[in-house]
Amino acid sequence: MTEAALSPMPAESLAATADRVASARARMHRRFLEIRWGLAGPALLVIGVFGIVPLLIILVYSFLKAGSYGGVEWGFSTAAYVQFLFERDIFDEQLRFATDYLQIFARSILLALGATVFCLVIGFPTAYFMATRPASSRNLWVFLITLPFWTNLLIRTYSMMLIIRDEGLINDFLLWTGLTGRPIVILYTDFAIGLGLLYSFLPFMVLPLYASLEKLDFRFVEAAFDLYATRGRVLRRIIIPLAKPGIVAGCLLVFIPAIGAFITPLMLGGGKQMMIGNLIALQFGSSRNWPFGSAASLILMALVMIALIIYVRSSADRSKASHG
Amino acid sequence: MAESAAVEARSVTKTFGVAPDLVRALDDVSVAIEENEFFTLLGPSGCGKTTLLRLIAGLELPNSGDILLAGRSVVHLPPHERPVNTVFQSYALFPHMSVAQNIAFGLEMRGLARDEIARTVGEMLTLVKMQGLDARRPGQLSGGQQQRVALARALANHPKVLLLDEPLSALDLKLRQGMRGELKSLQRRTGITFVFVTHDQEEALTMSDRIAVMDRGRVQQLGTPLDIYERPVNKFVADFIGDTNFLEATALGEEGGFVRCRCAGGFELLVGGIPPAPGATVTVALRPEKIVLHPGGAHGTVTQAVYVGTDTNYVVQLSVKTDLGVRVQNAVDGRARFAVGEHVGIEVPPGAARLLKD
Ligand SMILES: Nc1ncnc2c1ncn2[C@@H]1O[C@H](COP(=O)(O)OP(=O)(O)OP(=O)(O)O)[C@@H](O)[C@H]1O
Ligand SMILES: [Mg+2]
Repeated sequence: MTEAALSPMPAESLAATADRVASARARMHRRFLEIRWGLAGPALLVIGVFGIVPLLIILVYSFLKAGSYGGVEWGFSTAAYVQFLFERDIFDEQLRFATDYLQIFARSILLALGATVFCLVIGFPTAYFMATRPASSRNLWVFLITLPFWTNLLIRTYSMMLIIRDEGLINDFLLWTGLTGRPIVILYTDFAIGLGLLYSFLPFMVLPLYASLEKLDFRFVEAAFDLYATRGRVLRRIIIPLAKPGIVAGCLLVFIPAIGAFITPLMLGGGKQMMIGNLIALQFGSSRNWPFGSAASLILMALVMIALIIYVRSSADRSKASHG
Repeated sequence: MAESAAVEARSVTKTFGVAPDLVRALDDVSVAIEENEFFTLLGPSGCGKTTLLRLIAGLELPNSGDILLAGRSVVHLPPHERPVNTVFQSYALFPHMSVAQNIAFGLEMRGLARDEIARTVGEMLTLVKMQGLDARRPGQLSGGQQQRVALARALANHPKVLLLDEPLSALDLKLRQGMRGELKSLQRRTGITFVFVTHDQEEALTMSDRIAVMDRGRVQQLGTPLDIYERPVNKFVADFIGDTNFLEATALGEEGGFVRCRCAGGFELLVGGIPPAPGATVTVALRPEKIVLHPGGAHGTVTQAVYVGTDTNYVVQLSVKTDLGVRVQNAVDGRARFAVGEHVGIEVPPGAARLLKD
């Protein structure tokens, strides 16, 4: 056997064959790369033209001077960033530390965090309920969750106003039952914004949670029960850790759009309770301060990215710790 | 205490689904499993083995009947309150925990002290020969290693009863044979009652103290491996365990504690079992290896000979309709003792064949 395989082929031709194989492989590899870039091309083009380029424009604008009637004047200036933290006194031109914009940022972060937490608390049991239905009825539940998307967010927010305003459904009911003598002010408060965010973004929490809970192998749950775990511990030690990708995805999908929300705070906060989104819109609108609007957008983006980096770092650390 | 069985199922019935698609997974099943016993549930796929195990573990509720552990009814106890642990068919190792964390899980849930948990985990790792792999995730282990971890995770709790659902079925043959011995010796050393599920008859025969052969939700026969193999009570058991010839025969009458029967081809044999009325037509089960062939006889003709190493399997035609499988050990030089076309005589030692109920 071995003799027959070795003897008829001289060493020379062996080397030649090896060369041919290697070059064929290299050609295939190149072709493979070409195809891959070819396929990714359109997506890269769209991201480049409509994502990166605008971002660069914003970055440049944030370091320019504001034009008196909107737009920008060419000339380097850090005024936009200074304005974020300091206020120039009208009389002596002194810079003084001012917290007005910081407050808006803080409110946005708190509201977005609150909305995320409440979405998670409400969304998890909902998703768990959906995932534990018989397979045949699960699609119906998913359909019901996506039902709100059939109506424009503006309309939904407007109907929310009708429900929570002083003469709205809730207050009418409370007055009718005699629980309160005067209507409770809900509309145009931070609470109203939080409620609106919760309502608008709840499906974005439920759907990824459902996706990961639906894939959850309930044999792990049974094994945990068999190993003396109570219901609460099964939830904490098995279900939540295994659903973690869904939890993370849901939280990001709620937090990121919530922190930049525009319509909800505009309508339910009545312009009195601003969020970052409104502040930015204002700069490109009536305030006519494009550089400041650009700077605010970039600061918002930086905040989100810092939060993400911190998250990724901490989860990487934790998984390393549990390995060691 | 000693007289109550470690595990007992009393007239347990379990159904799944509703009317047209109703499945009777268990149909009036009663078994009593003794302490320190290696008890095996054996049967074909879908016969209800896993269901019975899940009922004992508390992962499923029976429609009727009772489950007792050490004489105490546990039907209404949730799984985490039963002193029973399971090695699942799929192992069900927690993928987000290391080997050590998996083994420690049950101990943590029972609120044991940290150093005791660490000590037990160490012991278990040694027991299943997995030292040094404690930091691995289940996804980084081979099938055999996962099986050991599943075993260690269950054994760490020192349960009164260990339920094992086809723990060896995912392993390759070599590993499976090795693990059989290990499991058996582990059971002897720990003195834990094992309820072992398998559909592999060889596994059941070699490892068990007693076997319950199940089919279609019912226990067909319950007994020692010897009982089951030598004295099957019905056609299903005889057919499921080992190879068997089923012969139509006429009962002639009792003789020295056996029943004399006449089969096709005219040869007569003495059969063990409860004597039927003389003249009745009966079914006789006869193991191929119990038959002795004589050269030059007139009972039948060899029509087929298949070499299987130590033995040769012959098919002997008794009549136009009746074939008999016979297994004969080969000569010392490995050659078959009979040739195709040869006429042979058949001899069956008294009691080697069994009368079957149906
Ligand atoms: N959750 C369930 N819903 C519906 N039918 C079920 C369910 N669990 C089991 N069955 C049915 O009950 C019967 C017994 O199933 P079981 O899992 O106990 O079989 P088994 O003996 O363990 O088989 P295998 O050797 O294939 O594991 C089967 O017919 C099965 O289809
Ligand atoms: Mg099974």
